[in-house]
Amino acid sequence: MSEMIREDGRKFNELRPIKIEAGVLERADGSAYLEVGGNKILVAVYGPRESYIRRLLEPNSGVIRCRYNMAPFSVDDRKRPGPDRRSSEISKITADALRPALMLENYPRSMIDIYIEVIEAEGGTRCAGITAAAVALVDAGVPMKDIVVGCAAGKVNDEIVLDLSEVEDKEGQADVPIAMMPRTGEITLLQSDGDLTEEEFAKAIDLAMEGCRQVSELQKEALMKKYSTE
Amino acid sequence: MDIVPEITRQSITNLVKNGKREDGRELTEYRDISIETNVISKAEGSARVKIGGTQVIVGIKPQLGSPFPDTPDLGVLMTNCEMLPMADPTFEPGPPSDDSIELARVVDRGIRESELVELDKLCVEEGKHVWMLFIDLHIIDNCGNLFDACELAVMAALKSTKLPVATIVDEEVVLSEDETFDLPINNELALCTFVKIGDKMVIDPTLDEQRVATARLNVGVTKDGHICSMQKGGKYPLTKDEVLYCVNTAITKVKELIEYL
Amino acid sequence: MIYVENKDLVIPGQILSDDEYYSGRGTFKENGKVCSSLIGLVSLRNKKIRVIPLKSKYVPKKGDVVIGKINDVRFSMWDVDINSPYSGILPAFEVFGREKKELNKVYDVGDVLFLRVVDVDEIKKAKLGLKGRGMGKFKGGIIVDIAPTKVPRLIGKKGSMINMIKDKTNCKIVVGQNGLVWVKGDEDMEQLTKNIIHLIEAEAHTSGLTNKIKNKLYLAIDGELPPEETPKEEEFVLEKPKLQNFKEELEQEEREAEEKEEKEKEDKPNIAEVIEELRKKTKNKDNSLSLGGNSNNSFILNNK
Repeated sequence: MSEMIREDGRKFNELRPIKIEAGVLERADGSAYLEVGGNKILVAVYGPRESYIRRLLEPNSGVIRCRYNMAPFSVDDRKRPGPDRRSSEISKITADALRPALMLENYPRSMIDIYIEVIEAEGGTRCAGITAAAVALVDAGVPMKDIVVGCAAGKVNDEIVLDLSEVEDKEGQADVPIAMMPRTGEITLLQSDGDLTEEEFAKAIDLAMEGCRQVSELQKEALMKKYSTE
Repeated sequence: MDIVPEITRQSITNLVKNGKREDGRELTEYRDISIETNVISKAEGSARVKIGGTQVIVGIKPQLGSPFPDTPDLGVLMTNCEMLPMADPTFEPGPPSDDSIELARVVDRGIRESELVELDKLCVEEGKHVWMLFIDLHIIDNCGNLFDACELAVMAALKSTKLPVATIVDEEVVLSEDETFDLPINNELALCTFVKIGDKMVIDPTLDEQRVATARLNVGVTKDGHICSMQKGGKYPLTKDEVLYCVNTAITKVKELIEYL
Repeated sequence: MIYVENKDLVIPGQILSDDEYYSGRGTFKENGKVCSSLIGLVSLRNKKIRVIPLKSKYVPKKGDVVIGKINDVRFSMWDVDINSPYSGILPAFEVFGREKKELNKVYDVGDVLFLRVVDVDEIKKAKLGLKGRGMGKFKGGIIVDIAPTKVPRLIGKKGSMINMIKDKTNCKIVVGQNGLVWVKGDEDMEQLTKNIIHLIEAEAHTSGLTNKIKNKLYLAIDGELPPEETPKEEEFVLEKPKLQNFKEELEQEEREAEEKEEKEKEDKPNIAEVIEELRKKTKNKDNSLSLGGNSNNSFILNNK
């Protein structure tokens, strides 16, 4: 096992190159830009702000709303603009992945909008979106217990590997995207798609969590870079 | 709801009256402009344009399709614009708004009417297969004057577009894996947007200038100084002299804008 | 065990200390550890750790002074946008007392006012009032928008920063705790002041800022740097400084006015009458409650 080289030359436990930048937009309250492999993700956060959609509001807490959207030009075959079933599901689980970290009790009846735009997609956009959204939320000054981070592991050629590329995702046997709060190690998003044994799953989750910890350091670096005064 | 504070309206109007602007520019001066092309590797053509804080990304994706019956030997252009809710707190998610459709159509009109894309060279087999170019505009940060930013972005992206060579083999279209050709373009154009504040016309409006303006005029001009598209917007009228002034100014300004391409 | 020093930049979830420290604002305690909940700067005092946010939305607090924009005129109140997740209301009662008047003849949509947060209800909606010096509608000038967290820096210690700007530019400046700033003066000076305020916002946490701003102002206005005897840069306190009056004598005046008010309150427990009284008083000075007619000093108050 283990020193297998993958189609793009990575080791089984190696992430694709990542770049994260905080505070990249003028109008949004918070924003972040993230590149991982061929993915390019832009996130804007508005809020906490007043919302006119009464039924969504909570009397004792702020609420978040997430919109994951893929640009028509982000994939090989042009995607029709607008939401579809896949993006609706990702929007929902992304909101659920971020919510446990947020401390919104001081913002009752307010709304935080998180807009995730996939400018270019190359496998693993949901995790990348969560990672970038967490940075944008910090940039917006939203109080939170931890900076949520996402990463996937999966099974390719019967090996458990970290951070599947688009090709690996297509050809692979399983994909396990997770998101977690790195300080406590609690998991806030988990999906599994494909065929895994119990041992393989355990291995995948360990690997994905290790990946999350590495990405988490880059999130911190991006924020420090944006906000340090030197 | 986006209510302009009365004192903002007054201060901007007074500044413009004295030939000044809130960011220190001349009435006929643009903010800083930057253009990058080939920013999206999955798109056959792409560009990112910034004018001041305004930021747009455009991607061009070609698809083979059937030509329109009345133009069997011409390729097809489709321009679509998403004013993303990320770009402005007042933009809503959902199907394109009227503003967004107007923006796409004005941008499209300039490209189409200047005939700068040689659509006849996008025909693969007359009456059957032509290239359809989907031009998708993504507005990601709105700090005023989306029109000019979008037109520049589309122009830059078109110039960067490469299409796979298509041939007909046994009545089937075959796309070359490695051979591409540059999208044939025979001209360049840019859009100049003016807004009326008080009784003056101001180029490249900021968001606040746009909000206090009474009328808008977009003027599309080609490199060789021909007017190819115009659009008047806003709740209040313009005089003929104002329009002629804008046209005259646009013809000079477009030359500057095209330098960035 | 403490893991950070005063003024360190920290991020959400970062562990700041072990058990023996108290968790202050901007932090939370979990499993005996104090952690930051914000991106901000550490403020250590005694055994209490706080994190002063670098970015945060304005949440209305009773007693704050804010700048707001009339968004709607209703039957018995104005809806006021106070640059916050929570909008404010200005009840007609706070302005007219028991008198009946047409609201939009007094303040109309788009008007910008200097207001005090009289009360905040359980859903954080702010009830606003005009009790206090210089409260009311602004006439002329410009609005500058900064992050509410940078307001203390713009004011400076005992108003040192804002006073310097006012003196040099001859502009009247009023700062709302919600991050909106009103500036009025010569047209070019207004624009210069706006740029200076934005510069302070951008560099709020750099050292030597007061001198840097001073130099900028002198260069822009006189074309040369200020005379050598630059006073030593005051230490920027992370504590949210009390927003206060800038000129000593005005402070004094203010205190006296407040004391008087207090007395009046005691004498006449009926608030409506007090307000009516005040309104008349203000009227004598300036019909429209505008700041225009007052001395060229404006002020910020925080009773807390």
